[in-house]
Amino acid sequence: MTTGDVSAYEAWREFAATWGSAYFGLIFIAALAYVLRPSRRKHFDDAAQIPLRED
Amino acid sequence: MERLPLIPKRRTFGEISLTAIFVALAIATAFIATRAYTPAYAFHMALFSLGSVVAVAAINMRYQARPVDPPPLFIDGRPNYNYGPVKFASLASLLWGTAGFLVGLYLALELAFPALNFDLPWINFGRLRPLHTSAVIFAFGGNALIATSFYVMQRTSRARIAGELAPWFVVLGYNFFILIAGTGYLLGVTRSHEYAEPEWYAILWLVVVWVTYLLVYLFTLARRTEPHIYVANWFYLAFIVTIAILVLGNNTEIPISIFSPKSVVVWSGVQDAMIQWWYGHNAVGFFLTAGFLGIVYYFIPKRAERPIYSYRLSIVHFWALIFLYIWAGPHHLHYTALPDWAQTLGMVFSVVLWMPSWGGMINGLMTLSGAWDKLRTDPVLRMLVVSVAFYGMSTFEGPLMSVKAVNSLSHYTDWGIGHVHSGSLGWVAFVSFGALYCVIPWIWNRKLYSLKLVNWHFWISTIGIVFYISAMWVAGIMQGLMWRAYTPQGFLEYSFVETTEALHPEYLIRAAGGALFVVGMLIMLVNIYKTITTPRTEQVLEAIPAPAAAE
Repeated sequence: MTTGDVSAYEAWREFAATWGSAYFGLIFIAALAYVLRPSRRKHFDDAAQIPLRED
Repeated sequence: MERLPLIPKRRTFGEISLTAIFVALAIATAFIATRAYTPAYAFHMALFSLGSVVAVAAINMRYQARPVDPPPLFIDGRPNYNYGPVKFASLASLLWGTAGFLVGLYLALELAFPALNFDLPWINFGRLRPLHTSAVIFAFGGNALIATSFYVMQRTSRARIAGELAPWFVVLGYNFFILIAGTGYLLGVTRSHEYAEPEWYAILWLVVVWVTYLLVYLFTLARRTEPHIYVANWFYLAFIVTIAILVLGNNTEIPISIFSPKSVVVWSGVQDAMIQWWYGHNAVGFFLTAGFLGIVYYFIPKRAERPIYSYRLSIVHFWALIFLYIWAGPHHLHYTALPDWAQTLGMVFSVVLWMPSWGGMINGLMTLSGAWDKLRTDPVLRMLVVSVAFYGMSTFEGPLMSVKAVNSLSHYTDWGIGHVHSGSLGWVAFVSFGALYCVIPWIWNRKLYSLKLVNWHFWISTIGIVFYISAMWVAGIMQGLMWRAYTPQGFLEYSFVETTEALHPEYLIRAAGGALFVVGMLIMLVNIYKTITTPRTEQVLEAIPAPAAAE
């Protein structure tokens, strides 16, 4: 491997590490926002009953 | 075919195309078998050919026996659930489990008394070990997952499973894959990648089966009459999708010839190692964790007759688990040629994983709040709940062992074996036992033969697990310390064989623990056999064929 490849590898690694974590972090925050919105409470309480109210 | 004047019975598109595919496969594999490079490969191709012929015959017999119209999706407004494949997979799970545990016990005895391999290649430790691991993880665990997922997806969607032949293709095709993989190990066919030993042709078959599994799941969800997709389905789906990606990723290989079982991996060296452990640890994360959490989220609420403690926590813990697990693999390669940053990354993500893992444990355990007394009276629920406790314990131990400093002591020792077994026996096997004790009586519409026997199974197996893991803790730490012991002159104090000799007593205790676990399994077999063969009582017969009616 030439020196040029190594720096390309470093650049990719840094890009992936930085923006990869930011990307996943944002998705996780979005998931939290979806889950914790107070208006969803009734919906989720209802969903939790699904196994119990089968025919 | 004779013509029926009124309603002509026609073969469906699925019946025709599947027959055509199997005819082609039978011919192709028979041809390959005649030109195979090795006898083992010829044997496998002959098995494929024979299996295809049996499949063609089975499809035809099914066609002859079935009514003209396809089975209705609803009967009297209630979904017409299809439990056939569930029944097959749950029994297959029990039988493979028994075989896998017995092989494990034999291996434990081989380690204590090496002469037990009788110098025969087929029962050498190196060949039997993958047979054991694949039999318990993929055959026992995999069939339990297929059985419960096919049950849960139908019940929580309130819809009949999609397809008539497809679910059977998944169940039978998966078990055929197990047969090919298992016999291959004994005959020496292996890729030598841990938990990924099957060669290219077995993997090719598995991928077809697995994609069908995914499609059956998605099409069943698509015809659901329940608007919300219950959380257990999310876990099952994550398991199915991720296993597909992992298997494809870790089997990027080129067969040296279509007539040879051997293949060459595309990337070698440290890249191969990293992909292998990305695969390996996510097999733990998505096969042995996400899939079985699907079981937890359905069967614990159902059995305890109360909703999951926090539905919101289940969603948060799902996404956190999915995002974190995928990075943890490098902790299997501490202090190797893998770049240092990758090792540290693997360690950090493993430690962070503790959070979602315990989120799942807390959610499972707290579902019992206000109903803890049920643990006293219902040993099936106790088995499910103790499995979650073992899950919590081994997901605490795992992050601990992934820390580099701890790993330098624990890696390559029997501590790892102990850790794996507290997870696989305590968590995976117990949660599967619990689910099978629930689902088998429900789908056969019988009462469980004896709760007392479940109680015996529970206690004998629990004591067996405790013997097993405590022996391995002692063995592993002793081994690790002996390997790093130096004399004052700076020489290694013990030779490898001395450390092996020192482990003998622990190996005996481990074998005793394993034997207890096997005894527990045999008790379960008797109980399930009696459950299924005992004639239905009047009372159960009148009950709606719905689960939990008798509880």
